[in-house]
Amino acid sequence: MIKSGKSSLVRAALAVALLALTTQAQAVTEIQWWHSMTGKLNDIVGEIATKFNASQTEYKVTPIYKGQYDESMTAAIAAYRAGNPPQIVQVFEVGTATMMAAKGAVKPVYQLMAEQKEPFDPKGFLGAVSSYYSDTTGHLISMPFNSSTQVLYINDDAFKKAGLDPNNPPKTWPEVEQAAAKLKASGAACGFTTGWQSWVQLESFSAWHNVPFSTLQNGLGGTGTRLQFNGPLQVRHIQNLADWAKKGEFTYKGRKDEPLASFTSGECAMITTSSGSYANIKASAKFAWRVATLPYYADVKGAPQNTIIGGATLWVLNQKNKDMYKGIAKFFTFLSSPEVQSDWHQKTGYVPITLAAYDLTRKQGFYQTNPGTDIAIKELTNKPPTANSKGLRLGNFVQIRNIIDEELESVWSGQKNAKQALDEAVKLGNEQLERFEKANSN
Amino acid sequence: MEKRVVFKSPWLPYALVAPQLVITLVFFFWPASQALYWSLLIQDAFAARTQFVWFDNFRDLFNDPRYLASFQITAVFSILVTVIGLSVALLLAVFADRVVRGARVYKTLLIWPYAVAAAVAAVLWVFLLNPTLGVITHLLRALGYDWNYLLNARQALILIVIAAVWKQISYNFLFFLAGLQSVPKSLIEAAAIDGAGPARRFWTIVFPMLSPTTFFLLVVNIVYAFFDTFAIVDAATGGGPVQATAILVFKVYQDGVQALDLGGSAAQSVVLMAIVIGLTVVQFRFVERKVQY
Repeated sequence: MIKSGKSSLVRAALAVALLALTTQAQAVTEIQWWHSMTGKLNDIVGEIATKFNASQTEYKVTPIYKGQYDESMTAAIAAYRAGNPPQIVQVFEVGTATMMAAKGAVKPVYQLMAEQKEPFDPKGFLGAVSSYYSDTTGHLISMPFNSSTQVLYINDDAFKKAGLDPNNPPKTWPEVEQAAAKLKASGAACGFTTGWQSWVQLESFSAWHNVPFSTLQNGLGGTGTRLQFNGPLQVRHIQNLADWAKKGEFTYKGRKDEPLASFTSGECAMITTSSGSYANIKASAKFAWRVATLPYYADVKGAPQNTIIGGATLWVLNQKNKDMYKGIAKFFTFLSSPEVQSDWHQKTGYVPITLAAYDLTRKQGFYQTNPGTDIAIKELTNKPPTANSKGLRLGNFVQIRNIIDEELESVWSGQKNAKQALDEAVKLGNEQLERFEKANSN
Repeated sequence: MEKRVVFKSPWLPYALVAPQLVITLVFFFWPASQALYWSLLIQDAFAARTQFVWFDNFRDLFNDPRYLASFQITAVFSILVTVIGLSVALLLAVFADRVVRGARVYKTLLIWPYAVAAAVAAVLWVFLLNPTLGVITHLLRALGYDWNYLLNARQALILIVIAAVWKQISYNFLFFLAGLQSVPKSLIEAAAIDGAGPARRFWTIVFPMLSPTTFFLLVVNIVYAFFDTFAIVDAATGGGPVQATAILVFKVYQDGVQALDLGGSAAQSVVLMAIVIGLTVVQFRFVERKVQY
């Protein structure tokens, strides 16, 4: 732990020393953007920076891949502690509470844009996106960048083989079960699976049915939040999944993105996972498939509400050199322009984070030629967000997700029933929240 | 008359050991003391607020049933890795020692896995045993055995034990082979003339003469199982299912690096440090007595 921290400090120090040299030589202020985008996404991040750099001469944005989300966040924190933070760092939604509690380390985006007199309209962002990253007074703290939500993907060929109509995908959870049973009867190895089980089957499930995940508006109201996802509806849903698992209709395939491979290989005929998997499925599925809306329980009043997002935002770390802020603000204006955003949305499968980008994409006819790509945004904007569906902000969220994953695994393997497991997860998760509250109280 | 060679200069001996001392202090004692200090703090990730909480971190740890369960898992895991790793390596070394033709090729191939990084070793085994894609999984299914380490705790433990053993076997093999080659041929030949069979010769001559090597490897393997295996766990099972493979060192990494709970993580490393110090003392005080040098 200490070793890796030290080496990244040294690297950060070297990077900054180098930066100082280059800026003197070119008289261009360099803005470092630490991110976690790989493969095709990394290329597109590079394109965005190149376009911005070509559009003006004073600032140069340099995107640097710093490892996976948790790694780049740790690296940025280590660099901050050493006194040489990067200017912009991409942080995943799970790290939001940690970043937001770091008063004095982070420059809130709304302040930055106001001070630099850059045009900035927080209302232009999708409600489900901006509410996730706003403080209690409604001010946007970080810059939305890549957001996704949960959708259902179905294998059309497997559906036809089972005598089901792919044009009429299951809308509710009971329909998912019926379809899974038929798929199973037609010889499919696995009817239904899910990626990111905590995010899809509990976090967004709660928002989609307008029930609380934790107190104080799911934590948006403060660090005193305590978990509540052991309510009757969540217990009912997890118990249903457990029963379907027993019948072989639902198959557990792993905690994070691993289950996707069992959909693209044709083994599982249905999967609920991130809308950001669109490009991946498109590239590797050798069968007809489509995107459908996330299922819900029709007997729950008010359902479906709206889903919540996942993904990451860009955080500005406090700078000693105040000249940096001007460049960062200019870059953010460029980044949130409809052209850049709609391009990003169309190429990656992430949702368009501004309404203007959504309109532009619609006008360009993208949704006609790529059916299903607008389902994610329709889910997010289904209804105005409520206290239960604005987002989640939990301290020590990494540990809490681990606890949830572990307890769910004990349900799928039949060691516990849903009620026992969710009660235990709430109890252990609350201990983590208490710890976080203690570490972040003055 | 003094028989030992002594330095006449008063400072030269200190100057000669100084580099070693500096390295030990800077790279071992200083980080260890930092871990001790940190284990008494609760701090947010950005170090904006730091509180000195005495032993709260330790109290939280030992009140956590999952942390206590992790001890048991670590014990089972370390024993399995050490015993299986040493037995298989010894068996291979004995065979390699007897091979006449192609001995070099055989030995080289056995040494290969040591060059593979721990995480890669884990991924290799995951590819073979993945519940969806694994080759071995398909074979097991064909034999009617349901292999799914994502939900089956015992299978998950088997997976990480296999990966950890496979990674360490080359190292053990090298030392055993060197040990075997230093056993005097004359002793074995004399025993053979007296009518001792290969098994008898092995257990009464070779095995006791290997005991210094075995003891050394025992210490090294236990330390390996305790500290060097987190990459394997991280890449293969992520500590799951439930907590079935969350060994102590993996929890240190998870809580410290991924979850940024530095105080809690430091407290765990202090506990781990105490365990390894304890184990080493026991090994050197009690096991070493049985070793014949």
